Amino acid sequence: MIAGLYNYWIVILLMMTGFYVVISSGNLVKKIIGLNLFQASVFILYISIGKIANGHVPILQEGVSNYSNPLPHVLILTAIVVGVSTTALGLALVVRIRETYDSVEEEEIHRQDESL
Amino acid sequence: MIDNPVLRIIAKIIIPMILLFALYVQFHGDYGPGGGFQAGVIFAAGFILYGLVFGTEALRSAIPPGVLRLLIAVGLLLFAGVGVVTMLAGSDYLAYNALAQDPLAGQHLGILAVEFGVGITVSAVMITIFLAFAGRNDP
Amino acid sequence: MLIEVINIVLLALLAVTAIAAVRLHDLFAVAMMFGIYSLLAAVMFVLLDAVDVAFTEAAVGMGISTVLMLGTIGLVGRHERASAHRSLLPLAVVVATGVALIYGTLDMPFFGDPDAPVHQHVAPFYISESPSQTGVPNVVTSILASYRGYDTLGELAVIFTAGVGVLGLLGLRRRKRPGKEGPHDDR
Repeated sequence: MIAGLYNYWIVILLMMTGFYVVISSGNLVKKIIGLNLFQASVFILYISIGKIANGHVPILQEGVSNYSNPLPHVLILTAIVVGVSTTALGLALVVRIRETYDSVEEEEIHRQDESL
Repeated sequence: MIDNPVLRIIAKIIIPMILLFALYVQFHGDYGPGGGFQAGVIFAAGFILYGLVFGTEALRSAIPPGVLRLLIAVGLLLFAGVGVVTMLAGSDYLAYNALAQDPLAGQHLGILAVEFGVGITVSAVMITIFLAFAGRNDP
Repeated sequence: MLIEVINIVLLALLAVTAIAAVRLHDLFAVAMMFGIYSLLAAVMFVLLDAVDVAFTEAAVGMGISTVLMLGTIGLVGRHERASAHRSLLPLAVVVATGVALIYGTLDMPFFGDPDAPVHQHVAPFYISESPSQTGVPNVVTSILASYRGYDTLGELAVIFTAGVGVLGLLGLRRRKRPGKEGPHDDR
Protein backbone atom coordinates (compact mmCIF):
# COMPACT_ATOMS: atom_id res chain seq x y z
CA MET A 1 0.00 0.00 0.00
CA ILE A 2 2.81 2.41 0.85
CA ALA A 3 4.45 1.79 -2.52
CA GLY A 4 1.17 2.51 -4.30
CA LEU A 5 0.12 5.60 -2.41
CA TYR A 6 3.20 7.42 -1.12
CA ASN A 7 3.10 9.69 -4.15
CA TYR A 8 -0.32 11.04 -3.16
CA TRP A 9 0.72 11.40 0.48
CA ILE A 10 3.70 13.57 -0.34
CA VAL A 11 1.55 15.70 -2.63
CA ILE A 12 -0.92 16.11 0.26
CA LEU A 13 2.00 17.18 2.46
CA LEU A 14 2.90 19.81 -0.15
CA MET A 15 -0.72 20.97 -0.35
CA MET A 16 -0.87 21.32 3.42
CA THR A 17 2.38 23.31 3.42
CA GLY A 18 0.78 25.83 1.07
CA PHE A 19 -2.38 25.83 3.17
CA TYR A 20 -0.35 26.47 6.33
CA VAL A 21 1.26 29.52 4.73
CA VAL A 22 -2.18 30.84 3.76
CA ILE A 23 -3.71 30.58 7.23
CA SER A 24 -0.69 31.28 9.45
CA SER A 25 1.04 34.17 7.70
CA GLY A 26 -0.17 37.70 8.25
CA ASN A 27 1.55 39.11 5.18
CA LEU A 28 -0.79 39.31 2.20
CA VAL A 29 1.94 38.70 -0.42
CA LYS A 30 3.10 35.60 1.42
CA LYS A 31 -0.50 34.41 1.66
CA ILE A 32 -0.80 34.63 -2.12
CA ILE A 33 2.49 32.77 -2.61
CA GLY A 34 1.14 30.08 -0.25
CA LEU A 35 -2.03 29.88 -2.31
CA ASN A 36 0.15 29.35 -5.39
CA LEU A 37 2.08 26.55 -3.65
CA PHE A 38 -1.23 24.92 -2.78
CA GLN A 39 -2.41 25.33 -6.37
CA ALA A 40 0.76 23.84 -7.89
CA SER A 41 0.43 20.84 -5.56
CA VAL A 42 -3.15 20.26 -6.68
CA PHE A 43 -1.84 20.28 -10.26
CA ILE A 44 0.69 17.56 -9.38
CA LEU A 45 -2.08 15.51 -7.74
CA TYR A 46 -4.27 15.70 -10.84
CA ILE A 47 -1.46 14.79 -13.21
CA SER A 48 -0.42 11.89 -10.93
CA ILE A 49 -3.93 10.48 -11.20
CA GLY A 50 -3.68 10.56 -15.01
CA LYS A 51 -0.40 8.63 -15.12
CA ILE A 52 -0.42 5.02 -16.31
CA ALA A 53 2.59 2.86 -15.40
CA ASN A 54 4.84 2.52 -18.46
CA GLY A 55 2.48 4.82 -20.34
CA HIS A 56 3.51 7.19 -23.09
CA VAL A 57 3.05 10.88 -23.72
CA PRO A 58 -0.42 11.30 -25.29
CA ILE A 59 0.87 12.29 -28.72
CA LEU A 60 -0.19 9.51 -31.05
CA GLN A 61 2.53 7.56 -32.84
CA GLU A 62 2.89 4.24 -34.64
CA GLY A 63 3.27 1.10 -32.57
CA VAL A 64 2.32 2.59 -29.20
CA SER A 65 -0.97 1.73 -27.56
CA ASN A 66 -0.72 2.61 -23.85
CA TYR A 67 -0.98 6.36 -23.46
CA SER A 68 -1.36 8.24 -20.19
CA ASN A 69 -4.75 9.83 -19.67
CA PRO A 70 -4.82 13.15 -21.60
CA LEU A 71 -7.92 14.56 -19.91
CA PRO A 72 -6.26 15.75 -16.65
CA HIS A 73 -3.55 17.34 -18.82
CA VAL A 74 -6.12 19.47 -20.61
CA LEU A 75 -7.83 20.52 -17.39
CA ILE A 76 -4.58 21.47 -15.67
CA LEU A 77 -3.10 23.16 -18.75
CA THR A 78 -5.91 25.71 -18.77
CA ALA A 79 -5.95 25.87 -14.96
CA ILE A 80 -2.30 26.96 -14.85
CA VAL A 81 -2.88 29.96 -17.12
CA VAL A 82 -6.14 30.86 -15.37
CA GLY A 83 -4.24 30.50 -12.08
CA VAL A 84 -1.61 33.06 -13.03
CA SER A 85 -4.31 35.50 -14.16
CA THR A 86 -6.16 35.23 -10.88
CA THR A 87 -2.88 35.49 -8.95
CA ALA A 88 -2.19 38.72 -10.80
CA LEU A 89 -5.63 39.99 -9.80
CA GLY A 90 -4.91 39.12 -6.15
CA LEU A 91 -1.52 40.81 -6.25
CA ALA A 92 -3.11 43.90 -7.82
CA LEU A 93 -5.53 44.03 -4.89
CA VAL A 94 -2.56 43.76 -2.50
CA VAL A 95 -0.87 46.70 -4.23
CA ARG A 96 -4.01 48.80 -3.87
CA ILE A 97 -4.40 47.77 -0.20
CA ARG A 98 -0.80 48.84 0.39
CA GLU A 99 -1.50 52.23 -1.22
CA THR A 100 -4.58 52.78 0.95
CA TYR A 101 -3.42 51.39 4.32
CA ASP A 102 0.36 51.74 3.84
CA SER A 103 0.81 48.16 5.05
CA VAL A 104 0.33 44.60 3.82
CA GLU A 105 0.23 43.06 7.30
CA GLU A 106 -3.18 41.74 8.23
CA GLU A 107 -3.03 42.87 11.88
CA GLU A 108 -2.06 46.41 10.94
CA ILE A 109 -4.91 46.62 8.41
CA HIS A 110 -7.40 45.31 10.99
CA ARG A 111 -6.14 47.85 13.51
CA GLN A 112 -6.67 50.72 11.10
CA ASP A 113 -10.00 49.49 9.85
CA GLU A 114 -12.19 49.21 12.91
CA SER A 115 -15.16 47.84 11.02
CA LEU A 116 -13.42 44.48 10.82
CA MET B 1 19.70 47.48 -15.77
CA ILE B 2 20.15 49.08 -19.17
CA ASP B 3 23.78 49.89 -18.28
CA ASN B 4 24.84 46.28 -18.08
CA PRO B 5 26.29 45.39 -21.51
CA VAL B 6 26.22 41.61 -20.98
CA LEU B 7 22.55 41.63 -20.10
CA ARG B 8 21.70 43.97 -22.97
CA ILE B 9 23.51 42.00 -25.67
CA ILE B 10 22.33 38.59 -24.49
CA ALA B 11 18.77 39.88 -24.29
CA LYS B 12 18.99 41.27 -27.82
CA ILE B 13 20.20 37.89 -29.07
CA ILE B 14 17.71 35.66 -27.30
CA ILE B 15 14.52 37.73 -27.52
CA PRO B 16 14.03 37.05 -31.28
CA MET B 17 14.65 33.36 -30.62
CA ILE B 18 12.03 33.31 -27.85
CA LEU B 19 9.49 34.96 -30.14
CA LEU B 20 10.28 32.58 -32.99
CA PHE B 21 10.04 29.60 -30.65
CA ALA B 22 6.66 30.88 -29.45
CA LEU B 23 5.40 30.98 -33.04
CA TYR B 24 6.70 27.43 -33.59
CA VAL B 25 4.91 26.23 -30.46
CA GLN B 26 1.77 28.03 -31.58
CA PHE B 27 1.52 26.52 -35.05
CA HIS B 28 3.11 23.14 -34.34
CA GLY B 29 0.82 22.41 -31.39
CA ASP B 30 -1.21 19.89 -33.41
CA TYR B 31 1.75 17.58 -33.90
CA GLY B 32 3.96 18.07 -30.87
CA PRO B 33 3.62 19.51 -27.41
CA GLY B 34 2.34 23.04 -27.59
CA GLY B 35 -0.68 25.15 -28.38
CA GLY B 36 -2.18 28.55 -27.80
CA PHE B 37 -1.77 28.73 -24.02
CA GLN B 38 1.91 27.79 -24.05
CA ALA B 39 2.71 29.93 -27.08
CA GLY B 40 0.92 32.95 -25.64
CA VAL B 41 2.85 32.69 -22.39
CA ILE B 42 6.21 32.22 -24.12
CA PHE B 43 5.52 35.12 -26.50
CA ALA B 44 4.66 37.31 -23.51
CA ALA B 45 7.81 36.13 -21.71
CA GLY B 46 9.90 37.47 -24.61
CA PHE B 47 8.31 40.91 -24.27
CA ILE B 48 8.55 40.81 -20.48
CA LEU B 49 12.27 40.08 -20.75
CA TYR B 50 12.56 43.12 -23.03
CA GLY B 51 10.70 45.19 -20.48
CA LEU B 52 12.88 43.96 -17.60
CA VAL B 53 16.16 44.72 -19.39
CA PHE B 54 15.35 47.90 -21.31
CA GLY B 55 12.69 49.39 -19.03
CA THR B 56 8.93 49.64 -19.24
CA GLU B 57 9.08 52.84 -21.31
CA ALA B 58 10.88 50.96 -24.10
CA LEU B 59 8.34 48.14 -23.87
CA ARG B 60 5.49 50.66 -24.09
CA SER B 61 6.90 52.16 -27.23
CA ALA B 62 7.53 48.70 -28.71
CA ILE B 63 3.94 47.62 -28.11
CA PRO B 64 1.57 50.46 -27.21
CA PRO B 65 -0.89 49.79 -24.34
CA GLY B 66 -3.81 50.74 -26.58
CA VAL B 67 -2.90 47.99 -29.04
CA LEU B 68 -2.57 45.50 -26.16
CA ARG B 69 -6.03 46.35 -24.85
CA LEU B 70 -7.41 45.81 -28.34
CA LEU B 71 -5.61 42.46 -28.69
CA ILE B 72 -7.02 41.19 -25.36
CA ALA B 73 -10.49 41.46 -26.86
CA VAL B 74 -9.51 40.38 -30.40
CA GLY B 75 -8.32 36.92 -29.29
CA LEU B 76 -11.48 36.14 -27.34
CA LEU B 77 -13.64 37.46 -30.18
CA LEU B 78 -11.73 35.32 -32.69
CA PHE B 79 -12.46 32.22 -30.60
CA ALA B 80 -16.13 33.12 -30.14
CA GLY B 81 -16.35 34.22 -33.79
CA VAL B 82 -15.27 30.79 -35.05
CA GLY B 83 -18.30 29.42 -33.24
CA VAL B 84 -20.56 31.96 -34.93
CA VAL B 85 -19.08 31.05 -38.33
CA THR B 86 -19.80 27.36 -37.78
CA MET B 87 -23.36 28.27 -36.81
CA LEU B 88 -23.75 30.35 -39.98
CA ALA B 89 -22.44 27.36 -41.93
CA GLY B 90 -25.44 25.45 -40.65
CA SER B 91 -23.88 23.42 -37.83
CA ASP B 92 -23.61 23.67 -34.05
CA TYR B 93 -21.58 26.27 -32.13
CA LEU B 94 -17.85 25.37 -32.39
CA ALA B 95 -18.51 22.26 -34.55
CA TYR B 96 -15.53 22.73 -36.84
CA ASN B 97 -16.56 20.03 -39.36
CA ALA B 98 -18.70 22.63 -41.11
CA LEU B 99 -15.75 24.96 -41.84
CA ALA B 100 -14.61 23.09 -44.97
CA GLN B 101 -15.89 20.46 -47.41
CA ASP B 102 -13.77 17.77 -45.80
CA PRO B 103 -14.55 17.37 -42.06
CA LEU B 104 -10.89 16.74 -41.20
CA ALA B 105 -9.80 19.90 -43.02
CA GLY B 106 -12.56 21.77 -41.20
CA GLN B 107 -11.37 20.46 -37.85
CA HIS B 108 -7.81 21.42 -38.67
CA LEU B 109 -8.79 24.95 -39.70
CA GLY B 110 -11.01 25.37 -36.66
CA ILE B 111 -8.37 24.16 -34.20
CA LEU B 112 -5.73 26.46 -35.72
CA ALA B 113 -8.02 29.50 -35.60
CA VAL B 114 -9.13 28.82 -32.05
CA GLU B 115 -5.59 28.22 -30.79
CA PHE B 116 -4.50 31.45 -32.48
CA GLY B 117 -7.26 33.31 -30.63
CA VAL B 118 -6.14 31.76 -27.33
CA GLY B 119 -2.52 32.73 -28.05
CA ILE B 120 -3.40 36.37 -28.80
CA THR B 121 -5.49 36.89 -25.67
CA VAL B 122 -3.12 35.06 -23.33
CA SER B 123 -0.02 36.94 -24.50
CA ALA B 124 -1.78 40.33 -24.50
CA VAL B 125 -3.16 39.75 -20.99
CA MET B 126 0.24 38.67 -19.65
CA ILE B 127 2.06 41.70 -21.11
CA THR B 128 -0.70 44.01 -19.87
CA ILE B 129 -0.47 42.59 -16.35
CA PHE B 130 3.32 42.97 -16.36
CA LEU B 131 3.06 46.59 -17.54
CA ALA B 132 0.44 47.34 -14.90
CA PHE B 133 2.72 46.08 -12.11
CA ALA B 134 6.07 47.26 -13.42
CA GLY B 135 4.77 50.66 -14.55
CA ARG B 136 3.13 51.42 -11.20
CA ASN B 137 6.09 53.30 -9.78
CA ASP B 138 7.16 55.06 -12.97
CA PRO B 139 7.33 58.83 -12.71
CA MET C 1 13.30 1.45 -11.17
CA LEU C 2 15.22 4.53 -12.27
CA ILE C 3 11.90 6.35 -12.73
CA GLU C 4 10.93 5.57 -9.12
CA VAL C 5 14.25 6.91 -7.83
CA ILE C 6 13.88 10.15 -9.82
CA ASN C 7 10.31 10.39 -8.59
CA ILE C 8 11.33 10.08 -4.94
CA VAL C 9 14.19 12.58 -5.32
CA LEU C 10 11.88 15.11 -7.01
CA LEU C 11 9.18 14.72 -4.36
CA ALA C 12 11.78 15.18 -1.63
CA LEU C 13 13.14 18.32 -3.30
CA LEU C 14 9.59 19.68 -3.68
CA ALA C 15 8.96 19.09 0.02
CA VAL C 16 12.23 20.80 1.01
CA THR C 17 11.45 23.82 -1.18
CA ALA C 18 7.91 24.15 0.16
CA ILE C 19 9.06 23.93 3.78
CA ALA C 20 11.81 26.47 3.11
CA ALA C 21 9.15 28.81 1.71
CA VAL C 22 7.21 28.50 4.99
CA ARG C 23 10.19 29.19 7.21
CA LEU C 24 11.70 32.15 5.35
CA HIS C 25 10.56 35.67 6.17
CA ASP C 26 12.31 37.52 3.36
CA LEU C 27 9.62 37.69 0.67
CA PHE C 28 12.21 37.89 -2.11
CA ALA C 29 13.57 34.51 -1.00
CA VAL C 30 10.05 33.11 -0.70
CA ALA C 31 9.27 34.17 -4.29
CA MET C 32 12.50 32.51 -5.47
CA MET C 33 11.52 29.33 -3.61
CA PHE C 34 8.20 29.43 -5.42
CA GLY C 35 10.05 29.72 -8.75
CA ILE C 36 12.20 26.70 -7.88
CA TYR C 37 9.11 24.81 -6.76
CA SER C 38 7.45 25.50 -10.13
CA LEU C 39 10.49 24.33 -12.05
CA LEU C 40 10.62 21.10 -10.03
CA ALA C 41 6.90 20.65 -10.63
CA ALA C 42 7.52 21.05 -14.37
CA VAL C 43 10.19 18.33 -14.25
CA MET C 44 7.71 16.19 -12.33
CA PHE C 45 5.13 16.71 -15.10
CA VAL C 46 7.59 15.48 -17.73
CA LEU C 47 8.09 12.36 -15.63
CA LEU C 48 4.30 11.91 -15.44
CA ASP C 49 3.96 12.09 -19.28
CA ALA C 50 2.32 15.53 -19.28
CA VAL C 51 4.68 17.40 -21.60
CA ASP C 52 2.15 20.09 -22.53
CA VAL C 53 1.53 20.85 -18.88
CA ALA C 54 5.26 20.85 -18.11
CA PHE C 55 5.76 23.38 -20.87
CA THR C 56 3.11 25.68 -19.46
CA GLU C 57 4.21 25.29 -15.86
CA ALA C 58 7.82 26.09 -16.74
CA ALA C 59 6.85 29.24 -18.64
CA VAL C 60 4.13 30.43 -16.26
CA GLY C 61 5.32 29.32 -12.82
CA MET C 62 9.02 29.90 -13.33
CA GLY C 63 8.64 32.95 -15.58
CA ILE C 64 5.55 35.06 -15.33
CA SER C 65 4.29 34.26 -11.79
CA THR C 66 7.70 34.86 -10.30
CA VAL C 67 8.18 38.13 -12.19
CA LEU C 68 4.75 39.31 -10.99
CA MET C 69 5.58 38.41 -7.40
CA LEU C 70 8.89 40.24 -7.62
CA GLY C 71 7.09 43.23 -9.16
CA THR C 72 4.63 43.26 -6.25
CA ILE C 73 7.40 42.87 -3.67
CA GLY C 74 9.13 45.83 -5.30
CA LEU C 75 5.98 47.88 -4.68
CA VAL C 76 5.06 46.72 -1.15
CA GLY C 77 8.41 45.95 0.51
CA ARG C 78 10.30 42.73 0.94
CA HIS C 79 10.23 41.95 4.65
CA GLU C 80 7.49 40.11 6.39
CA ARG C 81 6.90 41.34 9.91
CA ALA C 82 7.21 38.50 12.39
CA SER C 83 3.82 37.75 13.85
CA ALA C 84 3.40 38.93 17.43
CA HIS C 85 1.43 35.94 18.60
CA ARG C 86 2.08 32.52 17.14
CA SER C 87 -0.72 30.14 17.97
CA LEU C 88 -0.79 26.43 17.33
CA LEU C 89 -4.26 26.70 15.83
CA PRO C 90 -3.13 26.93 12.14
CA LEU C 91 -0.87 23.91 12.62
CA ALA C 92 -3.71 21.91 14.18
CA VAL C 93 -6.09 22.83 11.33
CA VAL C 94 -3.50 21.86 8.73
CA VAL C 95 -2.68 18.54 10.40
CA ALA C 96 -6.37 17.67 10.75
CA THR C 97 -7.04 18.49 7.08
CA GLY C 98 -4.00 16.53 5.98
CA VAL C 99 -4.98 13.46 8.00
CA ALA C 100 -8.50 13.62 6.54
CA LEU C 101 -7.11 13.83 3.00
CA ILE C 102 -4.71 10.94 3.59
CA TYR C 103 -7.61 8.91 4.95
CA GLY C 104 -9.40 9.73 1.69
CA THR C 105 -6.53 8.39 -0.40
CA LEU C 106 -6.76 4.94 1.22
CA ASP C 107 -9.62 4.04 -1.12
CA MET C 108 -7.87 5.43 -4.18
CA PRO C 109 -6.49 3.18 -6.93
CA PHE C 110 -2.72 2.89 -6.73
CA PHE C 111 -0.43 5.29 -8.56
CA GLY C 112 -0.02 4.22 -12.22
CA ASP C 113 -2.79 1.61 -12.07
CA PRO C 114 -4.09 1.17 -15.66
CA ASP C 115 -7.41 -0.23 -14.38
CA ALA C 116 -8.28 2.87 -12.34
CA PRO C 117 -11.83 4.15 -12.99
CA VAL C 118 -10.47 7.46 -14.33
CA HIS C 119 -8.91 5.64 -17.29
CA GLN C 120 -12.08 3.71 -18.23
CA HIS C 121 -14.60 6.33 -19.19
CA VAL C 122 -13.92 9.06 -21.79
CA ALA C 123 -10.13 9.03 -22.16
CA PRO C 124 -9.97 5.79 -24.26
CA PHE C 125 -12.62 7.28 -26.56
CA TYR C 126 -10.55 10.44 -27.08
CA ILE C 127 -7.38 8.45 -27.75
CA SER C 128 -8.99 6.02 -30.20
CA GLU C 129 -11.29 8.45 -32.04
CA SER C 130 -9.12 11.58 -32.15
CA PRO C 131 -7.12 10.56 -35.29
CA SER C 132 -10.23 9.78 -37.35
CA GLN C 133 -12.42 12.61 -36.02
CA THR C 134 -9.93 15.49 -35.86
CA GLY C 135 -6.77 14.27 -37.62
CA VAL C 136 -4.58 15.79 -34.89
CA PRO C 137 -1.93 13.50 -33.37
CA ASN C 138 -1.57 15.51 -30.15
CA VAL C 139 -4.60 14.32 -28.18
CA VAL C 140 -4.22 17.14 -25.64
CA THR C 141 -4.66 19.73 -28.41
CA SER C 142 -7.62 17.93 -29.95
CA ILE C 143 -9.43 17.68 -26.59
CA LEU C 144 -8.53 21.25 -25.65
CA ALA C 145 -9.62 22.91 -28.89
CA SER C 146 -12.21 20.56 -30.29
CA TYR C 147 -13.86 18.11 -27.90
CA ARG C 148 -13.87 20.57 -25.02
CA GLY C 149 -13.99 23.79 -27.01
CA TYR C 150 -16.73 25.31 -24.83
CA ASP C 151 -14.64 24.68 -21.75
CA THR C 152 -11.61 26.39 -23.28
CA LEU C 153 -13.73 29.33 -24.42
CA GLY C 154 -14.88 29.73 -20.83
CA GLU C 155 -11.29 29.57 -19.53
CA LEU C 156 -10.24 32.19 -22.04
CA ALA C 157 -13.09 34.40 -20.86
CA VAL C 158 -11.77 34.03 -17.29
CA ILE C 159 -8.30 35.13 -18.41
CA PHE C 160 -9.85 38.05 -20.29
CA THR C 161 -11.80 39.07 -17.19
CA ALA C 162 -8.74 38.81 -14.95
CA GLY C 163 -6.79 41.00 -17.40
CA VAL C 164 -9.56 43.60 -17.42
CA GLY C 165 -9.71 43.40 -13.62
CA VAL C 166 -5.98 44.11 -13.24
CA LEU C 167 -6.32 47.01 -15.68
CA GLY C 168 -9.19 48.36 -13.63
CA LEU C 169 -7.24 48.08 -10.37
CA LEU C 170 -3.82 49.28 -11.47
CA GLY C 171 -4.41 50.84 -14.90
CA LEU C 172 -1.90 51.35 -17.66
CA ARG C 173 -0.69 54.80 -16.78
CA ARG C 174 0.49 56.94 -19.63
CA ARG C 175 3.69 58.88 -19.66
CA LYS C 176 3.11 62.32 -18.15
CA ARG C 177 4.34 65.02 -20.50
CA PRO C 178 5.50 68.26 -18.87
CA GLY C 179 2.95 71.04 -19.17
CA LYS C 180 0.33 68.78 -20.75
CA GLU C 181 -1.83 67.11 -18.16
CA GLY C 182 -4.54 64.74 -19.26
CA PRO C 183 -8.14 65.58 -18.39
CA HIS C 184 -8.26 62.85 -15.74
CA ASP C 185 -5.48 61.19 -13.84
CA ASP C 186 -5.73 57.46 -13.27
CA ARG C 187 -4.84 57.70 -9.62
